[in-house]
Amino acid sequence: MCEIKVITGTSAAAEAAKLADVDVIAAYPITPQTTCVEKLAEFVSNGELDAEYIKVESEHSAMSACIGSSAAGARTFTATSSQGLALMHEVLFSAAGMRVPIVMMNANRALSSPINIWNDQQDSLAERDSGWIQIYAEDNQEVLDSVIQAFKIAENENVLLPVMVNLDGFILTHTVEPVTLPKQENVLEFIGTYEPKHAYLDPKKPITQGALGDPNYYMETKYAIEMAMKNAEKVIVDVHDEFKEKFKRGYGNGLIECYNLEKAETVIVAMGSICGTIKDVIDAKKKEGKEIGLLKIRCFRPLPIEMIKDALKNAKNIAVLDKSISLGMNKGIVYVDVVSSLKNKKTVNYIVGLGGRDITFEDILEIYTDVETSEDGKTIWLGLKE
Amino acid sequence: MVNTGTIIYEPGSSANNKTGSWRVFKPILDKEKCVMCENCYIFCPEGCIQEKNGKFEIDYDYCKGCLICERECPVKAIKAEREEK
Ligand code: SF4
Ligand code: SF4
Repeated sequence: MCEIKVITGTSAAAEAAKLADVDVIAAYPITPQTTCVEKLAEFVSNGELDAEYIKVESEHSAMSACIGSSAAGARTFTATSSQGLALMHEVLFSAAGMRVPIVMMNANRALSSPINIWNDQQDSLAERDSGWIQIYAEDNQEVLDSVIQAFKIAENENVLLPVMVNLDGFILTHTVEPVTLPKQENVLEFIGTYEPKHAYLDPKKPITQGALGDPNYYMETKYAIEMAMKNAEKVIVDVHDEFKEKFKRGYGNGLIECYNLEKAETVIVAMGSICGTIKDVIDAKKKEGKEIGLLKIRCFRPLPIEMIKDALKNAKNIAVLDKSISLGMNKGIVYVDVVSSLKNKKTVNYIVGLGGRDITFEDILEIYTDVETSEDGKTIWLGLKE
Repeated sequence: MVNTGTIIYEPGSSANNKTGSWRVFKPILDKEKCVMCENCYIFCPEGCIQEKNGKFEIDYDYCKGCLICERECPVKAIKAEREEK
């Protein structure tokens, strides 16, 4: 009943958008996202997908067009990466504030300068505070499944926030893997149709969207987003449970995934494709009788901090891997966020793979050994050349 | 207090949104000095200076305190005071 295709991560995202029967796509091509929007253009042009495809001259316009279309009540999708996401920066906040449930795929890539098209997670993490929900995928199947789930999460009446599904540039965007494609009727049955109650264009019932919010109102609108993020935590778990029930695939509890955490005193906290390598290292060490663990963060915003604290309660040595760096603080962004809520725990921050530098099986092994002897609060730029 | 997405469903509802709270300076119009030249009426960007019973009056619910009226008045009939809250 399902179809299995050997496809790239960007194709998986495009297939998911097609399965979700999006109404509008507005996008600008940027490496390594390009093949996603090319695929969608192909779907629209050959009649496989009945959607409006808006070709724009920049990512700022892409996001602006998406906000307009979503505000008109259309199911909307876009994709971007790195400098493109940075160019959207201004309008990302508008999308969240206007509470339009846009779904966007972001191919994680380094930010200039120097010019670098390879993978790290600096781009999306720099947009941490924009009010977008952020999900990070480990493999291409998770990309497809997360984009499908993203529509259901974003359009939930208790959430109504845009969702960004992140996948590591090249590592996933350009690597082919077998991906199971569910039947569209089952996907649509799962997501449901988007019937916006709060925002849609109706000439008979004119409304104002994107209005000025003077000091009397602004704080309340931001607080409302915070409350929606709180709601999203539960909605993400529920949507994930329902998805798992229907399609027989799951990723932890939807927010975090614990891999061999019960017995492990040494644990790595990480996001995205690197979790695959970490799981391999854990399996190899298990055979040697050593128990080490992984806490994969699937959802970075909202950050399920209570769950993370609980999952790490038995851990003695915690290594937080960051493919990002908050310059001037010498800490990765994930580290800062996770550790701010952990008390009396030894944590070490490893800055890895910036600008696409390989993170190997051996690097992960080294981190597991290093964190046991390293001092608390240290930052280590792994493999930095003299 | 605020609709989801700050959407305004009711046309014309901006009349309920009193914008006078932004004000730091308050223009005070001296009706005795005023020569009814209409300068302040024309220049006020908020349209909050209106003629009532043959005299001009400032509607403080909407006056944002920009003091353009004070600058434009040829006979200095409008004086600025610091807003007391
Ligand atoms: S201060 Fe500005 S807003 Fe107030 S009455 Fe004068 S011109 Fe109008
Ligand atoms: S500008 Fe001065 S004189 Fe003219 S109408 Fe206004 S207050 Fe009166």
